[in-house]
This record gives sequence, structure tokens and C-alpha cells, in this order.
Amino acid sequence: GLRRSGAGLLVTKCGLLRHRPAGGGAYWVDSQQKRYVPVKGDHVIGIVTAKAGDVFRLDVGGSEPASLSYLAFEGATKRNRPNVQVGDLVYGQFVVANKDMEPEMVCIDSSGKSSGMGIIGQDGFLFKVSLGLIRKLLAPKCEIIQELSQLYPFELVLGMNGRIWVKAKTVQQTLIIVNILEACEYMTAQQRKQALAKLSGN
Amino acid sequence: PGDTSVLAGLYGPAEAKVSKELPDRAALEVLLRPKVGLPGVMERSREQLLRQTCEAVVLGVLHPRTAITLVLQVLSDAGSLLSCCLNAACMALLDAGLPLTALFCGVTCALQPDGTILLDPTARQEQEARAILTFAIASSERKVLMANTKGSCSVEEMQQCLAAAQRAADTVFQFYRDSVRRRYSK
Repeated sequence: GLRRSGAGLLVTKCGLLRHRPAGGGAYWVDSQQKRYVPVKGDHVIGIVTAKAGDVFRLDVGGSEPASLSYLAFEGATKRNRPNVQVGDLVYGQFVVANKDMEPEMVCIDSSGKSSGMGIIGQDGFLFKVSLGLIRKLLAPKCEIIQELSQLYPFELVLGMNGRIWVKAKTVQQTLIIVNILEACEYMTAQQRKQALAKLSGN
Repeated sequence: PGDTSVLAGLYGPAEAKVSKELPDRAALEVLLRPKVGLPGVMERSREQLLRQTCEAVVLGVLHPRTAITLVLQVLSDAGSLLSCCLNAACMALLDAGLPLTALFCGVTCALQPDGTILLDPTARQEQEARAILTFAIASSERKVLMANTKGSCSVEEMQQCLAAAQRAADTVFQFYRDSVRRRYSK
């Protein structure tokens, strides 16, 4: 949210100004947004929209579809292709993402291991929330996730593009978790504890 | 006061059609829908005015080859419609988190036949006025981004209206600040 212009700084977005004193001090603006803009290094959930030869086109919620090469998976070779169909969900990170070029994604990190990235399995539920909520959920000790995990066991994938994928044992449990996560945006901690207490009492 | 309302929706940066995309900046499009009837020539000219004002503040160079669409729906019109649209557009840009170099606000002045200046006139006052001037004023040093005049007035009168509008702009910017503060304090 801050930009250098000439000799001074220009604030380009509205939000709270934050400061981190560690390591030389960094200033940034915390803003609420729903639209995602691809950034290098971000882990996102993408939906496969097309297969064009050796490359998959993924919809990541930005202005352009991202491209993902079939060799960018762990253990993939020219003979051993990954089994990706149109409509699959893929969790990967951006290796190229600037304003002038089409974004490119990979499903392996710099050492060649997949570390949790790759095709997301069957079932589960994908939904979209604002970017601010994702940042809150990704914070090291997130209360929401701890409280929810006491409720039911579930699998969760968070994409920085605002997309969350949830899978619990039954469809009903999955939907309950989805509703709570969506409502977390506007509820205070107090209201959330009340809602969870009501549910775990059931 | 307070009867004119406009609903603004902003979409973008999204994929632009090849015919519309610009190679170095975002293509901004404004759609203004009146309360009743189909959009006519007045709406088109207002759309262009709004588009050029917004292009001056939005940092389009950060999102080349994309399209930003702003849709404005008039809910009720009781005078000063153009400045209401300007304010709605600015709040929409702010809320969506698009990078802006400055904020802007719209102020309308009506010049009555006896020479007095009225700010934010109602429809009735607009009818009786000799001239109606609308200014879009930027938040940085209160510069004028856009000026639209209907009717005739002298240069001094225009300067007076401009000074009054710049003072009134402060109230509007304070309102922006309060709304945003309320949103982020939740």
C-alpha cells in the first residue's frame, strides 16, 4: 500500500498503517480487499480450466489465468505425467508474478519437494472469503482454527487468493465449518465462542 | 439535503477484451444507469467525465492489460447528481483497495440570479439558478481535477465558487475518513 514517488512516499491504499521494528523496520498498509492480485511466492488454490499441450491453465481469481507446467510436480517426468483433469483443484505457489507477464505457478518448492502442494483430493468444499480473513487465519496461533479443531477433525487448505478448501467426515460437518469460517469475518471473538459453544452442545 | 443517492459497484482488475486492453495501463470503464429509462446522451457524457476524473487518480500502470469497471445506479435524484456520483465513485475505489494517487470529492455550486452562491443545491434551487458549477477536488492540496459548468457566469464568480467548493471539500474528506475508520475498527 505504500509506494515511492520522487523523494517521498505515496500512500496508495486505505487501511491501517503498521510498523515492524525488527530487521531495519518495515512499514506497510493493512487493507481489506476481496480481489486478488498475483504476487510471487504466494501459495494459492487454482482451478484447472484448460489443458493446452504441456501446460495447464489455472484460474486463480486474478485478472489472468496462470500457467502450470506438467513437469512442475514432484516426481514428474516426461513419461510419468501427473493425472490432472479440467476442474481439478491445485495448490501451488507463484514463481513468476508481475504486472507485465502472465503468472506462472509450480507445485514444487526450490528443493524439488512438494511440501504439501499439488492436486487437492476429491470431495471437500471450496469457497471464497476476503483476503483479510485469510491473513488472520494464517497467523501463527490462530484461535479460530484451534477452536474449530476442537469441534470436529477436518482438513483445511488456505489459498492467499481468498479461497479455502475444507473437508470433514460428513457433508454436514463440512458445511458447518464453511459457514463458521465465512461468518468469522464479521463476528467478534465473543460471538464466535458463543456460536461454537452452541454447536458443540448439539 | 441528503435525498440524492447513488449505488456504486466496482469490478476489477479483471481480464479485458483484446479490443479494449491498453498495453501499459488499466482500461477504466464507467457505466451510469439512471433511475428510470434507458441511458441517454446525458448519462454518456457524465460517464466520460467520471472516467477521465478517475483515470487521473487511479494508478493504472500497476495493472496493465486489465479492465476496471465502475457501475453506478441512481437510486434517487434530488439535485447535485454529478457530485453525488463523484463521491460514490471515490468511495468505491477506496473500498475496493485499488491503488490511488489521491482521493477526490465532488461539490456542486449554484449561482443564483442575485449573485449568492449555494452549495449542494436541491433540484428546485438548480432550476432557479443562473449557473451550476460542479468541481471534482483532489485531496492533495485541494487541486481541481474536473470542472463542469451549466449556464453562464463571470470569471470572478467562478473563482469564488471554486474557493467555496474547496472549503466544502474538507467536510466531505472528513466523512470519508470517518467511514473508513468505522470499517477498520470492527
